[in-house]
Amino acid sequence: MSEPTLRTEAKAVEPEAAPQERHPMDDLLREERLPHIWCSGCGIGTALTCFISALLKSGLDLDKVVVVSGIGCTGRVAGYVRLDSFHTTHGRAIPFATGLKLANPELKVVVFSGDGDLVTIGGNHFIHAARRNIDMTVICVNNFNYGMTGGQAGATTPVGAVTTTTPYGNYEHPFNLPYLAAASGAVYVARWTVLHVRRLERAISEALAKRGFSFVEVVSPCPTNFGRRHKQRTGLDTLRYYHERGIIRHGADPRSVDIELGGDIIEGKFIDIEKPTFSDCCAGIVQKAIAQ
Amino acid sequence: MSSEKGVLSGSFFMQGDVACAEGAITAGCRFFAGYPITPATEIAQRMAARMPQIGGTYIQMEDELGSMNAVLGASWAGVKAMTATSGPGFSLMMENLGLGIMTETPCVLVNVQRGGPSTGLPTLVAQGDMMQARWGAHGPYEIIALAPSSPQELFDLTIRAFNLSERFRTPVLIMTDAEVGHMTERVVIPPPEEVTIVPRRKPRIPPGDGYQPYVADDDLVPPMAVAGEGYRIHVTGLTHDERGYPATSDDSAQWKLIQRLVNKIRLYKDEIIEVEELYLEDAEVVVVSYGIAARAAMWPIELAHREGIKVGMLRLITVWPFAEEKIRALAERARAFVVPEINWGQIALEVERCAAGRVPVYLVPHPGGDIHKPEQVLAAIRRAVA
Repeated sequence: MSEPTLRTEAKAVEPEAAPQERHPMDDLLREERLPHIWCSGCGIGTALTCFISALLKSGLDLDKVVVVSGIGCTGRVAGYVRLDSFHTTHGRAIPFATGLKLANPELKVVVFSGDGDLVTIGGNHFIHAARRNIDMTVICVNNFNYGMTGGQAGATTPVGAVTTTTPYGNYEHPFNLPYLAAASGAVYVARWTVLHVRRLERAISEALAKRGFSFVEVVSPCPTNFGRRHKQRTGLDTLRYYHERGIIRHGADPRSVDIELGGDIIEGKFIDIEKPTFSDCCAGIVQKAIAQ
Repeated sequence: MSSEKGVLSGSFFMQGDVACAEGAITAGCRFFAGYPITPATEIAQRMAARMPQIGGTYIQMEDELGSMNAVLGASWAGVKAMTATSGPGFSLMMENLGLGIMTETPCVLVNVQRGGPSTGLPTLVAQGDMMQARWGAHGPYEIIALAPSSPQELFDLTIRAFNLSERFRTPVLIMTDAEVGHMTERVVIPPPEEVTIVPRRKPRIPPGDGYQPYVADDDLVPPMAVAGEGYRIHVTGLTHDERGYPATSDDSAQWKLIQRLVNKIRLYKDEIIEVEELYLEDAEVVVVSYGIAARAAMWPIELAHREGIKVGMLRLITVWPFAEEKIRALAERARAFVVPEINWGQIALEVERCAAGRVPVYLVPHPGGDIHKPEQVLAAIRRAVA
């Protein structure tokens, strides 16, 4: 009859137990919303960890940090961070964030969403926010497909990739996101896979510290919908691929960083320049407006 | 700062679109996001000139999807915000009008209507978007829409639209048209201290004390914390609970949310509905109209009076929510309704619904491009008493 006794003992010590040790990130996550919806082996959680980590080290007033997401798996990030956070419509996180930032310049605005959301349906907003150099950080988790709806092709899907809407292999030319961001006017452009967590965190830190439109592409596994159709059955298989084919090349010409199916992934910081923001330029015309 | 550069007051000879922009400024609007489109462009142009003078922000977005979203974002940063467009842009705004309704975001959307469908008649009048205003975003909801018939009323109703949007925490539509927008008339702007401004309802508890973004007051409207105030709110277009968290697997959440979103407007419709009544005391025929069509119907009503026809006018200043009770009451004592509108029958359907077969409803349609000719409306009035 030792079992009941043990149970009783275990129960009895519970109230006396020291306060449960909290994870350093707990304060920034909405614990009551966990567990999250992401699949085992997905990279979004790693990207979020790197973001929270960068945020904790940033010295920013966290009451002024706002996270805006669109729709999709990565779009759920806004729902898990214990920050002012907005889960908007598909593709529209950037214009929503633009309104927030311009109406209250004290806010630190971060757009955290996926490739389908930000550069496929939301591509027009993406290039124009970069062109205007709106002061915001855009973190784009790129898993090369629409994960939430079951693995359809999008504007980032590599040629030849098999998805549920490209059953014979994708035949559209995909976007090269660092090139798109740089050509549109982003002042900071970096790409890291979720394997390179420290570098990714550092890139997010730099992006957060940058004034203007900063962009971090996070290359991420989607074993459920993309990896398993490309001989990467688990997230670990994809990380192994990143390890084998990831090439760090800081300062690489963004034109040269296309990602081909199963090919090399050029990573690093590609762009880091200074340029007046939309608000800087706008402030310049106020005196003129009042004088006229 | 001279009044020329601040909030205006005085008497002006002013275009409708410009009066709309000035109404917004008087109401406290300090953010405008838009995209050029005839015949609403003058609102954007005025805002581009005026916002920098009064500490506001003007941004020309890449499209109307972006405009509507930027307006929602600005409102969630605590600033009163507006956008203005016409038919094609209005269609693009429907997606995020829905987001504004779902997230209960105060803001104002002006539609200076033109002929459609599609590119239609860019420079010419129509009232073809009245049902789109009611139902254009998907899903079940209530909406508030106002229909001015003069530049002065466009000024006044823009202020009212902002006040209603804050009072009910919802986007409010101003459904004007190319005629009113491009008409220039006398507009009297009262001194700012004489204008009633409804402030945003703020949380009464400090951050950290259990504020939940969607716990409503007794009148079903929740106080609104915005970004940067320390409340760490979460706001989503998904069906959500009172914490603002997605609640898509609990069907009671959808019931609760939709009922509240609908009832916060429906139960207070008397506070929202505004109509103008003319010659209705002994009217046998009631002309129900709105905006420029109502104004154009005044002359045929005078002509009918000369013929001895007892005809009156119910002008809908608030179009949505619809003045159902007023129409039902009139259906008890009038012989017929005549509904001139510059479309092929939209508000006429609502009048028919409320008349419920008790009296006939004569639509005076117009495809857009012009206002009705007096004889078209007069013919309908004559037929109604024949």
